[in-house]
Amino acid sequence: MATPVLTMVDAIRQAMEQEMQRDKNVVIIGEDVGYDGGVFRATKGLIEKFGKERVMDSPLAESGIIGTSIGMAVAGLRPIAEIQFSGFIYPAFEQIISHATRMRTRTRGKFSCPMVIRAPAAGRVHAFEHHSESMEAIYAHIQGLKVVIPSTPHDAKGLLISAIRDPDPVLFLEPIKLYHGAKGEVPEQPYTILIGKANIVKKGNDLTLISWGVMMPICRDATEQAKSLGIDIELIDLRTISPLDSQTLVESAKKTGRVVVVHEGPKNCGVGAEISAQITEKALLSLKAPIKRVTGFDVIYPLYKLENYYGPQLPQIMKAIEEVMHF
Amino acid sequence: MVLARAFDTKALNLQKQGRSGAFTSCKGQEGCQIPAVANLKETDWLVPSFRENAALIARRMPLVNLFLYWGGDERGSHPREDRYKQNNLPIAIPVGTHLLHAVGISMSAKIKKESSVAMTFFGDGATSEGDFSEALNFAGVFKTPTVFVCQNNQWAISLPVSKQTASSSIAQKAIAFGFEGIQVDGNDVFAVYHATKYAVEKARSKEGNGGPTLIECVTYRMGDHSTADMASVYRPIGEAQCMEQFDPILRLEKYMKKKKMITDAEINSVEEQSKQQVEKAVEAYENIEPAPLEDIFNYTYAELTEPLKEQRDYLLALYVGEERKKNPIIEKIEGGFP
Repeated sequence: MATPVLTMVDAIRQAMEQEMQRDKNVVIIGEDVGYDGGVFRATKGLIEKFGKERVMDSPLAESGIIGTSIGMAVAGLRPIAEIQFSGFIYPAFEQIISHATRMRTRTRGKFSCPMVIRAPAAGRVHAFEHHSESMEAIYAHIQGLKVVIPSTPHDAKGLLISAIRDPDPVLFLEPIKLYHGAKGEVPEQPYTILIGKANIVKKGNDLTLISWGVMMPICRDATEQAKSLGIDIELIDLRTISPLDSQTLVESAKKTGRVVVVHEGPKNCGVGAEISAQITEKALLSLKAPIKRVTGFDVIYPLYKLENYYGPQLPQIMKAIEEVMHF
Repeated sequence: MVLARAFDTKALNLQKQGRSGAFTSCKGQEGCQIPAVANLKETDWLVPSFRENAALIARRMPLVNLFLYWGGDERGSHPREDRYKQNNLPIAIPVGTHLLHAVGISMSAKIKKESSVAMTFFGDGATSEGDFSEALNFAGVFKTPTVFVCQNNQWAISLPVSKQTASSSIAQKAIAFGFEGIQVDGNDVFAVYHATKYAVEKARSKEGNGGPTLIECVTYRMGDHSTADMASVYRPIGEAQCMEQFDPILRLEKYMKKKKMITDAEINSVEEQSKQQVEKAVEAYENIEPAPLEDIFNYTYAELTEPLKEQRDYLLALYVGEERKKNPIIEKIEGGFP
């Protein structure tokens, strides 16, 4: 039987549904996640299947959602907290940084917070203000948190199942553009993908191209285009932003000697800076050119008429590849 | 209460002598905390803030743990599981943020059809925080078995409660969230016991619809906010001295003596025993082996991540042999936290 083809949002829903079937402690809480099924329909049909005790429509309060999820997790549930848009997570930032990620340390392992915070993220969708940012670097700086960003339906399902089963808090950022923009084969059976391990999407020898999330489809195009120019790219999808799989990145850099990092979020103190530092510390003598970052600018994410000028586009990535190749 | 007071007095002294770190006294609030937690079962949940040493002592938290924690040793924050089964969350430092955890714990109890209750403590200052409102709102909407105990001790560091809220009481705030608010004399152990008993029983009962209660215990912060604070700078002269007559321990003693339930000799004996118990805990605290330095990594995640393994090995390589055992005991530092 052929493997079913799903969109990313369908894969995410399937992951939650299967995990809720497997473990009665898995519950969902968030704004409009119940009868509405979520603004992106990620939880559609789940309240009918599992009831309103396990799929909880919460009052409109992000700190409340994450704060009560912490309590539920400490008491033995496995909450999946949906924040409607990642741009609205900030009232809950204190709960994440001061409590969820510290519970294990502060109780020397007696209590922990096995919870997933799901939030749509990233741009390129002509949205309102505050609905388009790629702010993963902020969260990568938080000790005790894991940060995961899928780029395909297949990865979304496997990574989300891993996140739900993870004993520690995981922030799961879902690129809005890929909810319906990414389609692919997703096995029906539940499966996991290791958190903390980058994925070598395509092996290559000339240059390592590192990206994740919403930028991956464009980086795939760049890989194809480079091939026509005779450049053999090794394309890596980071998948987990924190903890960073520097081993895979460093090994690839040692092999190719040339690295380009692409991310949509701002450049200053972005994840690209950490990747660049790790590779420089561990593979400097293998490098044939400086590591190049192609990123969003350090400006407020523009309204959508100028949106296309903000994040990296294919020509910018191609230019960076050529500059690094001909350094 | 006497034991909690003896602990409090000793902890303040240790801090002054440089034998412990910054400390927040709960002097005067024993009458709110101890009768309240007396209504909890071991499996119920206590969700405290940083001024709840008396509540923790009443929950049989070993004194040595409290001394360790305030003395800067994370091992104090939770006793080893095999000898301690009470469900206490670690004390919350960011004001008001922990009320939501108590609500979440109660939501879990409801979902799992357990009869446990979560009781959380906070001060009048915490009621100004957004999380206070979110917590009471969630508790009202989900009808959770939560008991909110506000110790209105009149002062949030330097701000009197009149500048914290324009409400004539804190208890009345519960009405806006759709459940009961009760105001009691927080220095009257019988009043606090009665109100919290009612709230805990209500939370536990199915027939009574369960649900949350906000209890405002009107009390007085007899000490400074913390050892880094000097209340004489901002409090009216004589106020604290005047309030000493309402000390909950004094009041209880007077009552018990009047009712011929206790003698002066018995009071002295309780005080003496408490002091001895405290001294024994101090000795244990001051003689404990330092924690191994790699301890700072061990509880960040369930399993050490690759980046953390790398960082731990780096640290271990910096301190080899005897150096590692020396684990820097902090000397009196210039410019340290007051």
